[in-house]
Amino acid sequence: MQSLNQTSVQRPEKAAASPLAIELIGINKHFGPVHANRDIHLEVRRGTVHGIVGENGAGKSTLMSILYGFYKADSGEIRVDGVPHAITDSRHALALGIGMVHQHFMLVENFSVLENIVLGVEDSFLLGKTLNHARAQLRRLATDYGLEVDPDAVIENLSVGQQQRVEILKALYRGAETLILDEPTGVLTPAEADHLFRILRTLRDEGKTIILITHKLREIMAITDEVSVMRQGAMVRTLQTAATSPGELAELMVGRRVLLRVDKGPAHPGKVLLEVENLVVTDDFNIPRVKNVSFSVRAGEIVGIAGVAGNGQSELLESISGMRDQLSGEIRVDGKVLSLEGDDGAARARKAGLAHVPEDRLRMGLVSNFLEWENSILGYQDKYGRGLGLDIAAAKAEAKERIAKFDIRPPNAELKTANFSGGNQQKIVLAREMERDPDVLVVGQPTRGVDIGAIEFIHNQIIKMRDAGKAILLVSVELDEIRSLSDRILVLFDGQIVGEADPATADEGQLGLLMAGVSNADAANTAGGALLAEGQLERATMDDTTRDAVS
Amino acid sequence: MSTRTALPRWVDVVLLPLLNVVLAFLVGGLIVLAVGQNPLDAVGIMLFGAFGYGSGFGYTLYYTTDFVFAGLAVSLAYHAGLFNIGPEGQAYVAGLGVILVGLAVNGLHWALAFPLMMIAGALFGAFWAFIPGYLQAKRGSHIVITTILFNFIAASLMSFMITRILKPAGVNSDESAPLDAITRVPQLRLFFEIFKNSPVNITFFLALIALVAVYWLIWHTKFGFKMRALGNNPTAASYAGISNEKTIMITMAMAGVLAAMVAVNNVGGVQGRLILNFVNGAGFVGIAVAFMGRGHPVGVALSALLFGALYQGGQELAFSMPGITREMIVTIQALVILFTGAMGDMLRGPLVRLFSRSAVAGGA
Repeated sequence: MQSLNQTSVQRPEKAAASPLAIELIGINKHFGPVHANRDIHLEVRRGTVHGIVGENGAGKSTLMSILYGFYKADSGEIRVDGVPHAITDSRHALALGIGMVHQHFMLVENFSVLENIVLGVEDSFLLGKTLNHARAQLRRLATDYGLEVDPDAVIENLSVGQQQRVEILKALYRGAETLILDEPTGVLTPAEADHLFRILRTLRDEGKTIILITHKLREIMAITDEVSVMRQGAMVRTLQTAATSPGELAELMVGRRVLLRVDKGPAHPGKVLLEVENLVVTDDFNIPRVKNVSFSVRAGEIVGIAGVAGNGQSELLESISGMRDQLSGEIRVDGKVLSLEGDDGAARARKAGLAHVPEDRLRMGLVSNFLEWENSILGYQDKYGRGLGLDIAAAKAEAKERIAKFDIRPPNAELKTANFSGGNQQKIVLAREMERDPDVLVVGQPTRGVDIGAIEFIHNQIIKMRDAGKAILLVSVELDEIRSLSDRILVLFDGQIVGEADPATADEGQLGLLMAGVSNADAANTAGGALLAEGQLERATMDDTTRDAVS
Repeated sequence: MSTRTALPRWVDVVLLPLLNVVLAFLVGGLIVLAVGQNPLDAVGIMLFGAFGYGSGFGYTLYYTTDFVFAGLAVSLAYHAGLFNIGPEGQAYVAGLGVILVGLAVNGLHWALAFPLMMIAGALFGAFWAFIPGYLQAKRGSHIVITTILFNFIAASLMSFMITRILKPAGVNSDESAPLDAITRVPQLRLFFEIFKNSPVNITFFLALIALVAVYWLIWHTKFGFKMRALGNNPTAASYAGISNEKTIMITMAMAGVLAAMVAVNNVGGVQGRLILNFVNGAGFVGIAVAFMGRGHPVGVALSALLFGALYQGGQELAFSMPGITREMIVTIQALVILFTGAMGDMLRGPLVRLFSRSAVAGGA
């Protein structure tokens, strides 16, 4: 487990000279008619953090799945430490020292950390010996890399960041020298993400190789040594991170110049259109997720709700849009109270002038088996045709208009929705909800899984709605998005609004602390302390590693 | 999902079911061969028995009528994501409605009695299907379990009704009093001599209408749209302001109406009385018909005809070939169900490979 060159810590500037850990040569992969990877060449140097960026469907995940043995390439060669290998499955990849941390964790929820780590690599019939061995290993890994996790904690009681650490430990325990991380920060708070990056840096400095798949350019700039850009299945270019800029990377990813910053004028708030008062909402298991929340949104303003995923956003969105009855409290759209009778509250909310772009379009906003035009009327089906019949011709005609207006591709109303890309699916939903001319627009995660090119378009559409005098409630876990779009920011933590911030003045650290549950008043006092504590922790870890190295 | 969409539509809809049926017959042929009979002769006898002469064809159409209704009752519910296992019980209880109204207006001309019996049967069938629908919608009781249980409840209830209440004094067999000839649903042989002594009656035309109506309902109405939204993605349906509870209950009631027409066909059109266990498994065949027909009315029509022909041709075969027993006919029917239903996707993989290869070759 100990790396050989532990004493000679790799520094990024030396990275270029270090030997190649992974080489992919002329990789091709087809899925039916789709050419997912075209003649890919990639060289990853040992002891570096290598970023891979690209839009959805650019072929990043396919490429990594080939390296990890999930898929077999149609042609091409994989070299690990200079030796060609035909990787047959993930077990084989692990044996070659390649580990993967998936976007969705592969952990057994009701097992302890230790049990999860040895799962699948128990080396004797009785567990005891394996567990003791693993416990000792784990302790070493924890001190070596700052991967502190209680080995006896049960997974479901751990925070998302800690669960991710368990995934990393799992890979390291199996002897991974190269770690592939797929969108690792999607579910983390800024502080957790920072912690992850510290771990990754330590791992790199200890000689491990990290491949980081992400769509966040900020992360690429912050942590990687080299970055490879993919577009439409092809490798566009590999660059030294120090010698590039987010703008250049975005341009390479999309193939044209993109505006990363949102252009918007000042807000002109009018009368209150959406009011939420003392709202309490429970989840499917009757556990309160939204706890006494009150706020209002005025015409012509965007109110952003920031927060780490799972702090009540979903329940808040669902209750405002009429999908989930609140336990108590009131929701008013343009002064009218939304009633709670029956299980078709969403229809009443729409009637009251509220449109809803749901946070999870595939689970909620679309029926993926429906044709495009069918989804283009979903929620408004009763408006098409008198009597029982559905006016299909009218529905299709409108769908075609919206396809043109929102540049939905391919421009085919008869195509099954599942065959559209994530960005275009999102445009189908946005077009449907925005073209109804609602008074209030509730938007959840508008750009989750959406390409950079489409993000720009979607953001502009939201601003356009605001400038047309609509009240917009924006819920997103992307802090950048909240900051660049909102006129006011509310921070949701544990179902409560713990603070309000002005996007123009709020800094990321302050918002991050609020998102982590440190309230505005405490923030000033605790901020320094917390940072100090973390600094000490880091130093302590460093001391341990130096000690190990010396002994 | 990519494998699901990889096949051209005609392969999915026509070639694949056809290959499955052929496979079923090949295996069935081996069984016929094993008992020392000639499979080709057997097929010939079956085809002739089912289509070769007027009376046989009439019987085929009579069975087909039952299977169309039962198949539609399953298909319709399936589009709303509901697996209706209960057409058997729904049809059985509907028989009660048909006979009660039929006996009440006994002696009335069929032109007036037919719609009355139809409506009464429909109401009873709808009621019997509505209860599981209600339990699913409001209580979350799984529709598969409740509809199965309701088949049993229907069987017990109907046994009680027939043997204790409806059976006239002095009658030995378990059946109700008969309807007058003028009140019964008229059989087609009254208008077309070719059908001779077969029981096919004007309910057959009702089945054709039902096929078109169900197609229209599923794909051309607002309710059908809601039903399909619910069936494909209940969360999205709720997002779309659709009342999932209402949709479930209405859909089940409509499925019950469709199943009820099996009772109109049999009680009103064939026996002219309510006899014990008259549905005789038609409701269960409907499940196979719906799956083989992939829930589409055109598919349901074709597979109902196939099963109708199997039923009629099979009986002919058991009659003409002494070596082949009734049980073997059931075996062949079971093979068809096995290959088209349970193993319906067995040949999908090879076909996908075949077609994707030819597509790549064509593109290159």
